Amino acid sequence: MNRILRPRAAAFGAAALVVAVGISACSASNESDSSTSDGTSSSLSGDLNGAGSSAQEAAMAAWKAGFQSSNPDVTVNYDAVGSGGGREQFLAGGVQYAGSDDYLADDEATKAQKTCNGEAFEYPVYVSPIAVIYNLPGVDGLQLTPATLASIFAGKITKWNDPAITGDNPDAKLPSSNITPVHRSDESGTTGNFTDYLSQAAPQQWTYGPVESWPIKSGEGADGTSGVVSAVKGGDGTIGYADASQAGDLGKALVEVGGEFVGPTPEAASQILDVSQPAPGATDTNITIEVNRTPSEAGVYPIVLVSYQMVCSTYDSQDTVDLVQGFASYVISADGQQAASQAAGSAPITDSIRQQAQAAIDKISTSS
Amino acid sequence: MTSHAVEGTHRPPRSVGDRVFPALVTAAGAVILVTLAGVALFLTYEGLPALTAKAADIPGADSFAAYVWPLLYGTLLASVLALLFAVPVSIGVALFISHFAPRRLASSLGYLVDLLAAVPSIIYGLWGIFFLAPRLVPLYDWLAGHLSWIPFFAGPASVTGRTILTAGFVLGVMVLPIMTSICREIFLQTPRLHEEAALALGATRWEMIRMTVFPYGRSGIVSGAMLALGRALGETIAVATILSVSNVVSLNLISSTNPGTIAANIALKFPEASGIEVNILIATGLVLFIVTFLVNFLARAIVGRRAEFSGAN
Repeated sequence: MNRILRPRAAAFGAAALVVAVGISACSASNESDSSTSDGTSSSLSGDLNGAGSSAQEAAMAAWKAGFQSSNPDVTVNYDAVGSGGGREQFLAGGVQYAGSDDYLADDEATKAQKTCNGEAFEYPVYVSPIAVIYNLPGVDGLQLTPATLASIFAGKITKWNDPAITGDNPDAKLPSSNITPVHRSDESGTTGNFTDYLSQAAPQQWTYGPVESWPIKSGEGADGTSGVVSAVKGGDGTIGYADASQAGDLGKALVEVGGEFVGPTPEAASQILDVSQPAPGATDTNITIEVNRTPSEAGVYPIVLVSYQMVCSTYDSQDTVDLVQGFASYVISADGQQAASQAAGSAPITDSIRQQAQAAIDKISTSS
Repeated sequence: MTSHAVEGTHRPPRSVGDRVFPALVTAAGAVILVTLAGVALFLTYEGLPALTAKAADIPGADSFAAYVWPLLYGTLLASVLALLFAVPVSIGVALFISHFAPRRLASSLGYLVDLLAAVPSIIYGLWGIFFLAPRLVPLYDWLAGHLSWIPFFAGPASVTGRTILTAGFVLGVMVLPIMTSICREIFLQTPRLHEEAALALGATRWEMIRMTVFPYGRSGIVSGAMLALGRALGETIAVATILSVSNVVSLNLISSTNPGTIAANIALKFPEASGIEVNILIATGLVLFIVTFLVNFLARAIVGRRAEFSGAN
């Protein structure tokens, strides 16, 4: 138990430290932000409630701490109920903002029209690499092509010394033991992004499409990111996928991209935004991204989770508008992204996305 | 009416307490019925849309029945395994406490068993996944290597030990306290005269227990087992933590691909579910509700029938 709790406690500690160091910078950027909208910055007060993605939870803790320390009269709440639950609460008008690993579907966007008295704005706030983790004593830097990776998780490659694996790892001493692929047994955005990658990068081997619930009845299932990590740690010859920041000292496989093998670093993950296209239906205020899973550029890591924040385009009172604008601007600011990166190991969003998101946030108004 | 009661010469005077107390206990009884009816209504109302859901909306299955069947199978399998572990052990512990242990040891042992019931189920889950499961892996390897001709141990053995057998064992530990305390109470109530009569006829202690304690306590053992089964059927978080779920229907007890259980499946899927998926999960809850109800009904029937032959009369 201690083994699990300690890194998280350390992460919180690190977050608090970063936030404390960054306070002066934050408040400065807040002032400049709000001077463009209405000019009264330090007078923000009240409660801001949100719900949604559990992937954003660690980052949100850093954002909450950072925003509240520069705006002492504000209380920011975030209930990490899961993306689906967060969207549902947001569309029912129960919370003012939501975090979600998926952008709003068409019927949800229609519902949002009613709840928000206008459209809902969404923009990426959290980009996190998903690492392929494995437990194979004596083997470091396992290299896998998308086709091999997909075959392993589809249960078609069952031995570690399969020619497909040894071919990509000529120097590694691979045992003849069975491969136990570990997947999430709960419904999860991590699974959704991982299978989205498999289905695009290796459509021949992965024929089950992008799904949030593991589609096949083989391999080992485990509950949550911590469950997958402990299952991979607990057995020899296991391989799984988990948020890179939670992978600890487990081996992280390098994945083949454009002829090179790339590891799940924040730098490699953040570059994916530059080589991806807007999703169908994206607008200036719906900044949604169709993640490019098959980039040809070198040094780009394509297995990433892009998580969004959703806010209404209009709110009842000017106070709420100021509050939402202030918090959202902080979240996407360089300071906010840096705090999340320190706390949760996420990749900062790019400047161009920040500018688009800031433009959308500036359009939030009262619903009169 | 009230003045009548006070003034009446043939009826004793009724105090306020005599009138208020029956009302209070009646209300308490009614609360149970209202709560149960509320739960049943909620499950039915929210679950009905799932029964008519389009096949495309049901994740991983063509119909609701096909979706719920592996879960129901897993629920029953894990619970039966739990009882297989728990029943012999708890009868043994109860007998030791009631008939074998010195009095001082008996009371402290009884206290320790009750303490097991106070451990939260997530702790059992963590104990199962971090302590027990890795230690059972060699056993599973051995079973898969030597007894694979038995369908239960067909293998390949799980390398992490997170199997339905492990889950069943942890569930067994979890239901141990409730079963032990019921058995202990019922064994202690065996009429002293029966026991002494048996001993006087020359019975050994084991024969005395077989002739008097077991016949007298049979209905108690059955109802304790059924209560334990009820708890095992509904246990959620320990199973969700320990079990590696693939929603298959298989006899294999030691592999990585296990059937899930209804309660654990709801806990795992609910946070990310929306729309009709929520209705489907609630409908599986309705199935579990009905099964639990049937189990309790069965237990009542067995206890009611056995009471006549319990030897107490």
